[in-house]
Amino acid sequence: MAIRVKSPGLLTTVQDTGRFGEYAIGMPPSGAMDVFSYQVGNYLVGNEDGSAGLEITYFGPELEFTESAVIAVTGAEMPPKINGEEAPTWETLSVEEGDVLSFDYLRNGARSYLAVAGGIDVPVFMHSRSTYTLIGLGGYEGRALQAGDELQLGDARNGDARNGDAQVGKKVDADAIPRYTKETELRVIIGLASYRLTQESMKEFLNVEWTVTPDADRVGYRYRGGELGFVEREQPAGAGSDPANVVDFGYPIGSIQVPGGVEPIVLMNDAVTGGGYATIGTVISADRDRLAQSKTNDKTRFRSIELEEALAARGDRRKTLAEIKDSLA
Amino acid sequence: MAKTVKAQMPGTFYRRPDPDSDFYVEEGGSVSAGDTVGLIEVMKSFHEVKAEEDGTVSKFLVEHEDAVDAGQDLLELE
Repeated sequence: MAIRVKSPGLLTTVQDTGRFGEYAIGMPPSGAMDVFSYQVGNYLVGNEDGSAGLEITYFGPELEFTESAVIAVTGAEMPPKINGEEAPTWETLSVEEGDVLSFDYLRNGARSYLAVAGGIDVPVFMHSRSTYTLIGLGGYEGRALQAGDELQLGDARNGDARNGDAQVGKKVDADAIPRYTKETELRVIIGLASYRLTQESMKEFLNVEWTVTPDADRVGYRYRGGELGFVEREQPAGAGSDPANVVDFGYPIGSIQVPGGVEPIVLMNDAVTGGGYATIGTVISADRDRLAQSKTNDKTRFRSIELEEALAARGDRRKTLAEIKDSLA
Repeated sequence: MAKTVKAQMPGTFYRRPDPDSDFYVEEGGSVSAGDTVGLIEVMKSFHEVKAEEDGTVSKFLVEHEDAVDAGQDLLELE
């Protein structure tokens, strides 16, 4: 045992890179919503890529270490405290047996990530330790952490002691740390069923400053602020009667649907994998980290880009991550 | 400085448990530590906001159904 949960926070789950590749059976990937912050956490503590950490949403837990450990907190501006003293984020820290990690109120962003050298050791389910709470699988007993839970740590890279002490004190360059504000711009590729929206409504979708609703969660981000209309037609066989309905198809992660023409929803890591709502666009993968750090009542604009720009953005993000990894090795 | 009760998390603040009920507490009303003074709705669930100390509610600083930020003062206690 290495971490005892004194209080769980609002929604603290074990996550890794996710359970990708299982769409054929309708299994969403789960995994860290902000992959950037999650991965950098693993780099900081010297973990192998894909080691499981904790995703901490909106309100932090109190965690007691029952043995010494090497940790890093990345992601949202939700200041961590060790034994009540504020501690830095995006920096590798050592904690001793009996130390308690807690968090101050969230200031900006939505999700903090706790990486621990050795990774959180929960059973692997379908090649991932990620928690999918809706079905109750993966992670720690398939659910968010609760008071009294006891987490084990895995063995650190190269069989070193799990307190990879060599990493302590390393920090991410200030320039490489994302800054979260209450306004977010998300780049989208228009499609696959954008033909269902009227042209005026597509313009409105791209012009409106949308507000993140309190419903936004790991399943989807819901927005309000505009109303969109669909091209009138006689619905084809197999499609439902809502003008937003099409014949069922697969939903990419990041895809945007607008049931009833109000409140667009961006589907995220725990979403249903297919269905009968027209998807009018998809938030590019490089911007989903930022989406995951927008919080209820924050503002969001969607900007249409071409596929080339999306691929370039994905390449840039990989390069940035590789550079950060090198700088912390 | 007056004591306040803060929002632990961002979301929508409600002063009553459901639309048919009375407010948990009115201005001028007294609360004891541990009493529920409101709810915050976020991520499709509701979370009770509790007073941490005894006191009299001198003033609500937010309205019923307002959006609130984490750490925001919700009400003042005397």
